[in-house]
Amino acid sequence: MNKRIDYPFTEEKVRGLRVGDTVSLSGSVCTGRDRLHHFLAEGGKCPVSLRDGAMYHCGPVVMREGDQWVVRAAGPTTSIREEPYTPQLIETLGLRVIVGKGGMGEATRIACRDHGCVYLQAVGGAAALLASCIERVDGVHFLAEFGSTEAMWELHLRDFVAVVTMDTRGRSLHRTIERSTRKTLTQLLRE
Amino acid sequence: MKKAHWEKNLVELIRRTSTDLPADVEQAIRKGLRREKKGSHAHDFLSMMLENAAMARRDSVPLCQDTGTLTFRFTVPSGFDTNGLVSLTRNAVSRATRLGYLRQNTIDSVSGEPYVTNVAHASPMMEFLQGARKTVDARLIMKGGGCENVGQQYSLPETTLGANRDMEGVRRCILDAVWKAQGRGCAPGVIGVCIGGDRAKGYAYAKEQFLRKLGERSDVKVLARLEERLMRDIRRMEIGPMGLGGKTTALDVKMGALSRLPASFFVSISYMCWAFRRRGVLLGPEGGVHRWLY
Repeated sequence: MNKRIDYPFTEEKVRGLRVGDTVSLSGSVCTGRDRLHHFLAEGGKCPVSLRDGAMYHCGPVVMREGDQWVVRAAGPTTSIREEPYTPQLIETLGLRVIVGKGGMGEATRIACRDHGCVYLQAVGGAAALLASCIERVDGVHFLAEFGSTEAMWELHLRDFVAVVTMDTRGRSLHRTIERSTRKTLTQLLRE
Repeated sequence: MKKAHWEKNLVELIRRTSTDLPADVEQAIRKGLRREKKGSHAHDFLSMMLENAAMARRDSVPLCQDTGTLTFRFTVPSGFDTNGLVSLTRNAVSRATRLGYLRQNTIDSVSGEPYVTNVAHASPMMEFLQGARKTVDARLIMKGGGCENVGQQYSLPETTLGANRDMEGVRRCILDAVWKAQGRGCAPGVIGVCIGGDRAKGYAYAKEQFLRKLGERSDVKVLARLEERLMRDIRRMEIGPMGLGGKTTALDVKMGALSRLPASFFVSISYMCWAFRRRGVLLGPEGGVHRWLY
């Protein structure tokens, strides 16, 4: 059974989540990739409050239809690229949820534990399915400066499914699996 | 050349590649699904991948938002105007981007500025071969950045792996590359391998393996056996879909070999994500469709 988690993602809600939980996420999230993270880490002003908010590592395919934005494809992108910036954003902006793929590093794992944030792994490549969980686009920032892919899209989600792979207790499923598979690799190299 | 025909059918090739997962890939994912325990992350994720494929096909939207590096391979009849085909292909890419089959996915490496049409230096990539047929064989592979980033190239001997200049050494490199990739290349992936060649051709030939259908073994006996052995080995690693554990880590291993210099022994490994986008078409001299491939 999926755990439901709705915006605002308060500290209490995220501290109730554990590595391995499948969650169903609803409410407001913002997309951010390299350009946005770099900008925010350099002290750029965030145009929307991310307190108790969620950052989605995603560069969507968005089309203009009439006076509306329609997201056609929106799967997660590789998160580790944002590792240099993320601990700072968790601490200063009050981020509570990060959605992406592939997991993040040690500094983020510790920031998640100390400040109360979780990392969710979404299904990489499932762009059509995940776009169908976007109810609407509430806004877009830096579209001209960063381009459509790197822009900060404010999305409203409904029942977006992902798995908690880094929790507020400092656990990381990515780390666990890397270690267990390392043992099998060593065994296979001996055969 | 009937320009309009050509452009329309090249856009259609891009649309199909971006939105319609090939049958052999879908079948391989289904096979993986049957091996996984119901209720596991592996089972959930593989189910979502199949659901995504069905939805992308039905709605004609990209399977994955990273519509990737576009590599076209054209095999053309003798005397065919390849310059004309270059500009038709570039126009088709620009149009497919406007239609939303491709993301704005190309960036100037020096200034950091995006190319909104995806048409730039080395984008799309095009390769031309000359064939005996009267038709043009046009094939397209779209490969995203996540899986491209986890490719590896080894120069044997590689002492840390105990990998010598033999087939056992090659096997070790491949296992190491799969382990290093974990789920980051969007597992379950297809592992393309080239033994030999120089560094540049090695990676190119590893990628060329993706034109082969999944499930078909190499016609070089030694390589066919090694492909099968690696599939068994990789399954035991239990990296699983998206790296969250499970039996389905690779959908296939495809190996090829090129000659090499006495001094060099490269093993080049290219990783293709499960959102494996590959299509092809035979086009007549006027740009009409003879037959869709795959």
